Amino acid sequence: MSDWLSPAEWDALRLSLRVAFWATLASLPPALLVAHALARWRFLGHGLLNGLVHLPLVLPPVVTGYVLLLTLGRRGWLGQYLDQWFGIVFAFRWTGAVVAAAVMSFPLMVRAIRLSVEAVDPRLEQAAGSLGASRAWVWATVTLPLILPGVIAGAILAFAKAMGEFGATITFVSNIPGETQTLPSAIYSFLQVPGGESAAARLALVSVAVAMTALVASEVLARRATRRVQGR
Amino acid sequence: MSISVSLRYRLADFSMDLAFDAPDGVTVLFGPSGSGKSTVLNAVAGLLRPDNGRVEVGGTVLTDTARRLFVPPHRRRLGVVFQDGRLFPHLSVRQNLRYGRWFTPTHTRRTPESAVVEMLGIGALLDRAPTTLSGGERQRVAIGRALLADPRLILADEPLSALDDDRKGEILPYLERLRDEWGVPMLYVSHSPAEVARIATTVVMLDAGRITRIGPAAEVLADPLTAGPGREAGAVIEAQVIRHHDDGVTELAAGGLPLFLPTLAAPPGASLRLRIAAPDVMLARGRPAEISALNILPGTVETLTDQRGQVLVRLSTPAGPVLSRITRRSATQLGIAPGEAVTAVVKSVSHAPADVGRAHG
Repeated sequence: MSDWLSPAEWDALRLSLRVAFWATLASLPPALLVAHALARWRFLGHGLLNGLVHLPLVLPPVVTGYVLLLTLGRRGWLGQYLDQWFGIVFAFRWTGAVVAAAVMSFPLMVRAIRLSVEAVDPRLEQAAGSLGASRAWVWATVTLPLILPGVIAGAILAFAKAMGEFGATITFVSNIPGETQTLPSAIYSFLQVPGGESAAARLALVSVAVAMTALVASEVLARRATRRVQGR
Repeated sequence: MSISVSLRYRLADFSMDLAFDAPDGVTVLFGPSGSGKSTVLNAVAGLLRPDNGRVEVGGTVLTDTARRLFVPPHRRRLGVVFQDGRLFPHLSVRQNLRYGRWFTPTHTRRTPESAVVEMLGIGALLDRAPTTLSGGERQRVAIGRALLADPRLILADEPLSALDDDRKGEILPYLERLRDEWGVPMLYVSHSPAEVARIATTVVMLDAGRITRIGPAAEVLADPLTAGPGREAGAVIEAQVIRHHDDGVTELAAGGLPLFLPTLAAPPGASLRLRIAAPDVMLARGRPAEISALNILPGTVETLTDQRGQVLVRLSTPAGPVLSRITRRSATQLGIAPGEAVTAVVKSVSHAPADVGRAHG
């Protein structure tokens, strides 16, 4: 198996998995919060938040990458302070690729979680409260278990999206082999050099396999979520 | 464990202004839909903050707007039984029952789980998922779940209204046992006179956010002024089972008078409530001889109340007050007036099963 892909190709696959994993993990808590806010709370700027969250879905990824560069780049209005004060640098690092992938996959995760939150019957939460559970306990023992399949489905979808993220990543952190060259960037690079087609094809197959697995798993879990919440 | 409630609450199209005290036992909030029954229940549960109000349960003040006191719902220790059960679909029946336990301090746990399971007859359901239960089973589990949280008071919001008549008959005996054997105080919302007649200790009658009548069940239900239309009007009588006769009749005694009903399941000595709907009571002058009805109660007319062209007559009998609805013409022809001695003829066969209290042995 290891002969099948060259070391450089393995690097790209490993990096992509690492980037997608951290991107998914990092966006999970804010996605839960935003999904709850959008599904349950009424507040000023509800529409604005909704639009902002979904923006990466409709903007050209290059624009998203450019915005990230402007804000989190070495000279970006936020990035320069992160660098000066905390020594945190995203630009041209694999962590920057994580940020780009997280931003791009965030809307997908929020959408999946929001749907499952909306499907939870608030009267069940009320019942839990009447039995002595505080709001935090109600969330942990009733809300979370009921939305969990939806959360997992959303996370898998986000993971797949993060694996395939290209435009924002290459704009924000470039295409440095071993540091920021993820699977799609590698495919792109192979296609730019003569004789790189076979390597590109192999990586493309890997991408297809990863994406299909994620989609099937997400579909199965989403269906289970619906069954569980509706079955009352 | 008494309840004391006073509420003032104003919405665009609804206002509530009421105050009542109720003793131990089952207090039924009774009235048409939109009368504010559930609003009172929600205010006691803490799901709703009144503009002005005070709620006290068993000596503990839960809401007092004058003192800016408001205990949040999860700290009130009230067990709510909802109309639709609201069992947690992701937990088994056993886990549902134990849910309230997680939040009950060990030293306040008085109710043994095994006793609740046995009383409600849900031992065979413990490992099942709530989705696989019938409506009646689900409601029994919901009652058990509320009970096991060791509440100061059980709040029941029309717990039977989502069930058909057979299922209602299945649950009512458990509620009666809760009242009689467990002594659990309950605040119970209902719009069914039959339910009220069976389980109420105290009745609080509501209409448009105001209390129209409050008092012991037998008294309120036999009040012609607040009696509902049709079969909703009816009196409640306490009776003891004397013996079961071989010809399919159970003999009971109420206030020294014999009553006969088609065989009941209750053993001799058992005390139960009978509901006699007003349309089922005929009036006669003197004691009618040679008549198929078995239950004949001598009484005195107390009041006559006009009700849509008919007359609702309240009699006092040795068994307690009885209501009879007759036409104005019959009333005139018989010369029925307050103070007159008449005989009430009760058609025993017309008692619907759901109208008759049955103690399960």
